[in-house]
Amino acid sequence: MLTTLLFYVFATILVGSAVGVVLSRNPVRAALFLVLAFFESSVLWLLLDAEFLGLVLVLVYVGAVMVLFLFVIMMLDINVAQLREGFTKHAPLGALVAGLMIAEIVYVVWFRHLGMSLSVTAPPLPANYSNTHLLGQVLYTDYMLPFELAAIVLLIAIVAAIALTMRHRVGFKKQDVSAQVARRREEAVRIVKVDAEKTS
Amino acid sequence: MITLPHFLVLAGILFSIAVAGIFLNRKNVIVLLMCIELMLLAVNFNFVAFSRWWGDVAGQAFVFFILTVAAAESAIGLAILVVLFRERKSINVENLDTMRG
Repeated sequence: MLTTLLFYVFATILVGSAVGVVLSRNPVRAALFLVLAFFESSVLWLLLDAEFLGLVLVLVYVGAVMVLFLFVIMMLDINVAQLREGFTKHAPLGALVAGLMIAEIVYVVWFRHLGMSLSVTAPPLPANYSNTHLLGQVLYTDYMLPFELAAIVLLIAIVAAIALTMRHRVGFKKQDVSAQVARRREEAVRIVKVDAEKTS
Repeated sequence: MITLPHFLVLAGILFSIAVAGIFLNRKNVIVLLMCIELMLLAVNFNFVAFSRWWGDVAGQAFVFFILTVAAAESAIGLAILVVLFRERKSINVENLDTMRG
């Protein structure tokens, strides 16, 4: 009973904050609404006994990705009024599409329910259930290769982000290591024969 | 009593709101990226809920990978945005017509 109540409370806040992301005028406010949405999802995932993912969502998303978003928003000098042009023009279409999608999903999942019963609660978990333990066991055995590929994807993202944003300014003095290493003796040293000075 | 359709409907509503956000904020790249994050969150909801009801932890492993890819995607997207702003002094999607697409 308490779980049901908690689900409805957090689901309502989640949907409200998602609407806030979409409708808010200021990008900073939209980012903060998105942070709220991630928090609510994290709580709902905890209700689903996915503790590890719930915590990872807060740590990775709120702690890293959303902070990155806020950094970028505050670095850029955005003309909000210009970007809001056409907002009301597209509002009916957006609302129509969203309403249709919600109606279809509710019809298919809730009223036809695809063979899923509306009275089956989640199966009980064993007493010594450890979500992190189980997930780690699967990640490091069955999903070993995807796990390492994910690491490579992250590495590529780091390299790509740095390479994209690196600025090459003209007249900026800095050390060029490859030029230094490529320098040969022939182009650096010149041997000059100097006649010994005659002493009289 | 919370059942699987509850979570599926919640994820569907979340996804639809994000789609509406893409329609509404079609000029603001930052809000577009945020809407994509919301969509990925909705998909992750489905994965976690199915994983719980079917008792298969593979769904949660997939959420893990989706989180990784989403983080990489938003990092590169924001880097492109920074470069774009440096070139154009604006992040309006309508100005991005150099390729005449």
